Amino acid sequence: MKTAEAAIPTASMADIAFLLIIFFMVTTVHELDRTTVNAPKAQNFEEAEKGAAIVVIHRQPTGELIYKWSDGEEMSDVRNGPGDIYLEASRIAYDNPNKQFLIKSDGDIEFRYIDELMDELRKAGVKRLLLLTSPGEAEMG
Amino acid sequence: MKLKKKKSDSEIPTSSMADIAFLLIIFFMVTSVFSSTKGLEFKLPQEEEQAPAEEEEAIFIQVFPDMSVSIDCKPTSLGELLDYMEPKLTRNAEKPVIIYSDPDAPYQAMIAVYDVLIAAEDTRGFPVKNISVPTQKDIGDYTVMFGVNPFEVRCN
Repeated sequence: MKTAEAAIPTASMADIAFLLIIFFMVTTVHELDRTTVNAPKAQNFEEAEKGAAIVVIHRQPTGELIYKWSDGEEMSDVRNGPGDIYLEASRIAYDNPNKQFLIKSDGDIEFRYIDELMDELRKAGVKRLLLLTSPGEAEMG
Repeated sequence: MKLKKKKSDSEIPTSSMADIAFLLIIFFMVTSVFSSTKGLEFKLPQEEEQAPAEEEEAIFIQVFPDMSVSIDCKPTSLGELLDYMEPKLTRNAEKPVIIYSDPDAPYQAMIAVYDVLIAAEDTRGFPVKNISVPTQKDIGDYTVMFGVNPFEVRCN
């Protein structure tokens, strides 16, 4: 009597793999900034423009605040906080007054830091600002 | 006698296809970041636009460090903000709304209030057009102008 060999069918393996590739190719966005922030929650949102300048404020586990900056093409660390961002933003806003700027920050950061940054951006001539949020409902006190 | 030549079938070797595919999957899985570029549009007042909202005319929302909120000096909740504002904004849609966030209040609290105001048109049918968020520099300028911080003394 002939016994059928037990084998895992692998014929469709390549198809599955290619489907997964297509999925990742479609959903992948190569973002300039990969800082993980716990963005404030909001239910309304607008999509950021492609190539928007990004300002990141993030509190590290040590408690230290770090600032990062991108003109939409390259990401760089900022040494002197909002003062440096003012210089960079002025240059960009002068060349392109309608450039969108994105503030990416943790929701639990004190508002004074956002306020300081907004003030520097305003001084720099920035007109369009987007405050990065994550979808959800905020829990208030 | 003629020997029969065996013809080999011409075909593209596809045995390594799955390996290539899996390598590509790993690459995309590692480099993949799901887009997180959504947010609230915020219009920064320009330096030349120095027309501060008339304080007594405006609706004044205060955000405190414990994330509590008050409107025109009365403690309230996020859900009740629009109830209070509806009659005033229906009469005058251009009425300024000032969000004064304490410097120590979490950023999330200010965003939550701003989010509620932005959503008013969809949830209640009236837009909140004139939202102003004074910065500490503005407040400093007002303090120089009035001798006191008008936002701090308003509810005292």
